Amino acid sequence: MVRTKKNNLKQVSDDENKDSIFIDIANGFIFIKLIFKETFSLDFEFKEFLYQCYQIGYKTLPLIAVTGSIMGLVLTIQSRPVLAEFGAVTMLPGMVAVSLIREMGPVITALICAGKIGSGIGAEIGSMKVTEQIDAIEVSSTNPIRYLVVTRVLAAATMIPILVLYADALGILGSWAGANIKGEVSLILFLSQAFSHVEFIDFFPAFVKTIFFGFLIGAVGCYKGYHAGNGTASVGVAAHSSVVLASLLIIVVDVIAVQITDMML
Amino acid sequence: MNTLPDSVDAQNPVIEISHLKKSFGHLEVLKDISFNLLPGENLVVLGKSGSGKSVLIKCIVGLLKADSGIIKVFGQDISDPDNKVLVQLREKIGFLFQSGALFDSMTVRQNLEFPLRKTKKDLTEKEKENKIHEALENVGLPDVIDKMPSELSGGMRKRISLARTLVMSPGIMLYDEPTTGLDPVTSEEISELINGVRKKYNTSSIIITHDIKCAMIIADRMIMLQEGNIYKEGNPELFKNSDDEFIQSFFK
Ligand SMILES: Nc1ncnc2c1ncn2[C@@H]1O[C@H](COP(=O)(O)OP(=O)(O)OP(=O)(O)O)[C@@H](O)[C@H]1O
Ligand SMILES: [Mg+2]
Repeated sequence: MVRTKKNNLKQVSDDENKDSIFIDIANGFIFIKLIFKETFSLDFEFKEFLYQCYQIGYKTLPLIAVTGSIMGLVLTIQSRPVLAEFGAVTMLPGMVAVSLIREMGPVITALICAGKIGSGIGAEIGSMKVTEQIDAIEVSSTNPIRYLVVTRVLAAATMIPILVLYADALGILGSWAGANIKGEVSLILFLSQAFSHVEFIDFFPAFVKTIFFGFLIGAVGCYKGYHAGNGTASVGVAAHSSVVLASLLIIVVDVIAVQITDMML
Repeated sequence: MNTLPDSVDAQNPVIEISHLKKSFGHLEVLKDISFNLLPGENLVVLGKSGSGKSVLIKCIVGLLKADSGIIKVFGQDISDPDNKVLVQLREKIGFLFQSGALFDSMTVRQNLEFPLRKTKKDLTEKEKENKIHEALENVGLPDVIDKMPSELSGGMRKRISLARTLVMSPGIMLYDEPTTGLDPVTSEEISELINGVRKKYNTSSIIITHDIKCAMIIADRMIMLQEGNIYKEGNPELFKNSDDEFIQSFFK
């Protein structure tokens, strides 16, 4: 049974048959409701938020730089022969830019972040739960949802869009490098060709969906960590299940986002 | 300043528990527990491992929700943990975790600062620093202030988490096995410290322990839990001279 009216998390997680998927979904919604409630409380943990932005954003930059530029490079090398067949090699920069900005940048970056950040959050909060550190936060007159969860979720929701922009930019640079393998192209020319095809409608919906991706990665990691059972094994479970669930939800949200964008066009 | 609210006079119990019940699934951990904690009193709770001692004090701070029964702290009912009352009350309750529960990503200094952050907002950095030093001094570990918990021994961690509880100088202290895992000398020092804290701040405490030596030093009154009920309640002498076999087995 789920006592929805209680905003006390432990009420729900104490229940015996918590393995049921419906209980899990209900708990998930209660958790999200709680995140929103605590986000708009007056007393925001700004320092912890900044620290999490550093952890989530800055520390992921190298990984995103590598994957982003390789994404652009590979995309360019692989699409060139096809475009050449149609005599449309001049379309190459534009095509790569549009596909990076619309789809590949957001989704691949988000999936990588689900792996790196989601598992990190899941494991960290899970082990804090298991070693009673969350209880210790609570008896220190600090609201653990506000201190641990809200800061991480907001940090993920602000940092993932920035990471995606970074991946897009490096992807386009990687693509320029790829274009240079066969025949020299100046960067200015390449960029102007690329961006002549990119419109606001390519960029904006993709940007909005990355905010949702970030929110999902943070919220799923925190949820799985917060609902970790007892013992060290459950920390591992929290880590991997947050990656699995976050990746799955990212794909689902992406499908929905694509549908909505399509209807707007 | 942060000690007892005005309404508490010397006679009213600071904690009143009546008919407390708590079970996990089919496991009935606490069946019917009633007792009071008087102001300035050290109450020792004895009981076998798994008899629900930790569960009992977690119910008192609202970390676990009791199934039924009434828990009053400073006369305020917290059996149904309504957040506002509880948050205010928690500033006055120190809780020492059995496992220590130090924040392992923070240094000792940050660990001790953490409870002050919210409860003592009006203190200057200097005053906070002084409080932290005083608390570390109390547990005899002034030098480890910039270490990480992982760099400390088990006993040191226990003492640091005791310091983290003491730093708030709370009106009520709940100690979950403060001396377990410590050598006899330190464990006696900690027992003296508990007495010292009581004298200095007029703290009322519940102390869970298996350490009979420590219990005899600090206890004003003892209760023994068994199978979810209070098996016996009385002063230390009563326990010591009891001819009940179960009680005597603790004193061997
Ligand atoms: N969160 C929980 N979920 C389910 N069962 C629990 C939980 N916490 C405690 N229990 C159960 O409650 C019982 C009492 O546990 P408790 O930790 O209070 O024992 P204790 O008296 O403190 O023992 P010890 O002296 O070993 O610390 C145990 O059987 C334990 O399995
Ligand atoms: Mg215990």
